[in-house]
Amino acid sequence: MTSSPVLILDGLSKSFGSVRAADAISLKLFTGEVLALLGENGAGKTTLMNMLFGHYMPDSGKIEIIDGSGHAKPLQLGNPQASIAAGIGMVHQHFTLAENLDALDNIMLGSESFIHLRRNKSQAIRKIQKIMNDSGLVAPMDVAVGRLTVGERQRVEILKALYQDVNILVLDEPTAVLTPQEADKLFENITAMTKNGLSVIFISHKLREVLAFSNRIAVLRHGRKVGEISSKEANERKIARLMVGEETKVFSKKELQVGEPVLEVDNLTISGSSKRESLSNISLSVNKHEILGIAGISGNGQTVLANAISGLVKSSSGKIKIDGKNILTNDPSNIIQAGVGRIPEDRHKDGIVGQMSVAENMIIEDLNDGKVQSRGLLNHEAIMRHCSNLSSKYDVRGPGPNASARLLSGGNIQKLILARVFEASPKLILANQPTRGLDMGAAADVANRLLEARQRGSGVILISEDLDEILSLSDRIMVIYDGKLRMAETHDRETLGLMMAGEAA
Amino acid sequence: MIEIFQILLTESFWAASLRIATPLIFGVLGALICEKSGVLNLGIEGIFVAGAMAGWMAVWLGTGLWGGVVVAAIAGGFFGLIHAILTVTLGLSQHVSGLGVTLFATSVSYFSYRTALPKVSSPPRIEPFRPLEIPILSELPFIGTVLFQQTALTWLALFMVGLVWYVMNRTGLGVAIKAVGDNPNSVDAQGLSVYGLRIGAIVVGSALMALGGAFLTMSAFDAFFFGMVNGRGWICIALVIFASWKPGKALLGALLFGAFDALQVRMQTEVGAKVPSQVFLAAPYVLSIVALVIAARRAEYPRALLTPWFKGQR
Ligand SMILES: Nc1ncnc2c1ncn2[C@@H]1O[C@H](COP(=O)(O)OP(=O)(O)OP(=O)(O)O)[C@@H](O)[C@H]1O
Ligand SMILES: [Mg+2]
Repeated sequence: MTSSPVLILDGLSKSFGSVRAADAISLKLFTGEVLALLGENGAGKTTLMNMLFGHYMPDSGKIEIIDGSGHAKPLQLGNPQASIAAGIGMVHQHFTLAENLDALDNIMLGSESFIHLRRNKSQAIRKIQKIMNDSGLVAPMDVAVGRLTVGERQRVEILKALYQDVNILVLDEPTAVLTPQEADKLFENITAMTKNGLSVIFISHKLREVLAFSNRIAVLRHGRKVGEISSKEANERKIARLMVGEETKVFSKKELQVGEPVLEVDNLTISGSSKRESLSNISLSVNKHEILGIAGISGNGQTVLANAISGLVKSSSGKIKIDGKNILTNDPSNIIQAGVGRIPEDRHKDGIVGQMSVAENMIIEDLNDGKVQSRGLLNHEAIMRHCSNLSSKYDVRGPGPNASARLLSGGNIQKLILARVFEASPKLILANQPTRGLDMGAAADVANRLLEARQRGSGVILISEDLDEILSLSDRIMVIYDGKLRMAETHDRETLGLMMAGEAA
Repeated sequence: MIEIFQILLTESFWAASLRIATPLIFGVLGALICEKSGVLNLGIEGIFVAGAMAGWMAVWLGTGLWGGVVVAAIAGGFFGLIHAILTVTLGLSQHVSGLGVTLFATSVSYFSYRTALPKVSSPPRIEPFRPLEIPILSELPFIGTVLFQQTALTWLALFMVGLVWYVMNRTGLGVAIKAVGDNPNSVDAQGLSVYGLRIGAIVVGSALMALGGAFLTMSAFDAFFFGMVNGRGWICIALVIFASWKPGKALLGALLFGAFDALQVRMQTEVGAKVPSQVFLAAPYVLSIVALVIAARRAEYPRALLTPWFKGQR
């Protein structure tokens, strides 16, 4: 890159209580460049970008924007409006969409004057159409966002940022919920847009796309910038060493003799209110000592399938047997009792009760257990003991057992759920997108735990969009598309990718 | 049964329904605007009292009727601002703050009334809004009496239904209010002020509520009494849910309640001898609860209702 800088972050720091989330970070971004920002969960990537966008007020440091003629202007800190006006667009890690509005309203929000009595929707639609063509990102504009899939919502988020005529685009884990194909397409289009002077900072935990699409890589660890390398010189090992200061843990999968079936689903059909909430004639079985991978692009029925097996939705027809016994569908407690451990897709919403403490969340599925209660009264000391045992066993790090669970970082919330599920020695583990948004270390932990459960004799269903994960962990692979499930005969990326897109035979 | 049908056919019944509905229309619209932005305003009952008292007092002091309406709205906006600072800026419990505002606004109103008129036994009267007799239209049979003999405030209420609908559904401001009540982060991420939108919505909503109170002292009656609001504010809180936060349905709900109430009064005189009058007095409330139970099962609450938002917090 021989071009000039467009953005200079100078010594930005931010603390939350005793946590130093960003510690004097300085960074430059050059015109037309794609800069990847890497680091473990909790390294401070989002915090740094939130300061750039004005969501957080830095404790110290300054930000300068360099305009076309080379003049550096300080950016007013802590004010999103100033950042937007300076041409910065941000795609947030967690959706910032109003679900009661359609995509068009979400995109137009804030870009029109409040005193105007008429809205110019047709002009906006024309502009969005052009952005869709340029970026290759398409999403329905006239459906309430609450009814879109996560993939569609992600595209709306990106379109929303591009709509503001940005010249610096920040993408905070934009591909966490996209399929590999969608992600590649997105980056190809972004690369094309950089030719016209767009500069991009993106955050990702997926090293493959970082290496393929960035020009430069900056690595954060514990709130500090620990390195900057050009992507040409980088490889996965180098980056991993920078990120965690050590080689990543590798896992090995042993060949095991599979046992008898723990879960049999026979001709399960669910007619939901929309296509993505429906399943037709699903049959599958999972055996002891086996991981069944279910690959598929989100929105093809994974969520209903997982909900059906967890007893959260009622099936129209079909049978579910656990351990050879027919179970009542539509009865979650019955299903937990039957030995199913669930790692839900949306860990914040369905995996924990955010307002309750870490300790309470650990025991929430076995309140009847003699370990934690007697005659209906909870034994506080036993719960605390249990919690501190599990926290060290499963390496759950956070502000302590009495803190609200929502304060934990994403990776630690997932470890809390794993601890709860594994301690119940489940016959079947239902893991839905278990490593989404986790850093390499945390993702490897999850993978190791699943393999360990397989070793111990559990059956595991692994629902994931991440083909690498499916390929490295599964004994058998099925692909879900449009509410139908098919067995994959060969295990290679191409065939699976095509099946996920509903193409191959 | 026969009696009910006879009542339903009278002009005076329908005219009374609309008249009884008017303060509720103001109140529901006000509550709707607050709740759409994500803040429950239980100050409504007290804001009704404040509007009734302030409007009437202003007219009595000689501002003229429309001057009184403006003063009532300002009084409502003032108490709304207190609620907004407590719940939006400070993020305190919306229930506690709302009930506090109701107690405070009610007491302040009674106190000012007593201080201004220490020795009065029968409340002084003002010259209230007269029915707007519109030439020709008022002469029409039925419709003429029902619609065209209402006061200007009833017309203002009906106009407000349209205005609130238009702003909510056809303007950028409405989109922003709906967004801030669903996910404040969506608004923040677009560089708009969550605090500004919410505080604005509460102040405007509260001003509308106060007009509901003003209608009581300046149109329905011609004086201020203690206890005259009599739960109308609470009814509005229920009606917003019945209306699932839609202005059109809010009008319908208010009219429905008005009709129950008008019917109840007439039934008392028709069959009052056989049935205790309390049964009739309770009837509109019981029917409202039934209607609410049916409607509320499908109600989709603004997602961020009751949840405070702070800048720079997860
Ligand atoms: N608003 C906040 N209040 C309190 N603590 C916060 C807040 N925002 C971030 N933190 C803390 O700051 C640290 C850095 O968090 P940040 O979200 O920046 O990490 P990240 O690198 O984006 O991680 P991830 O990969 O999980 O998204 C964490 O310890 C987090 O708990
Ligand atoms: Mg982050």
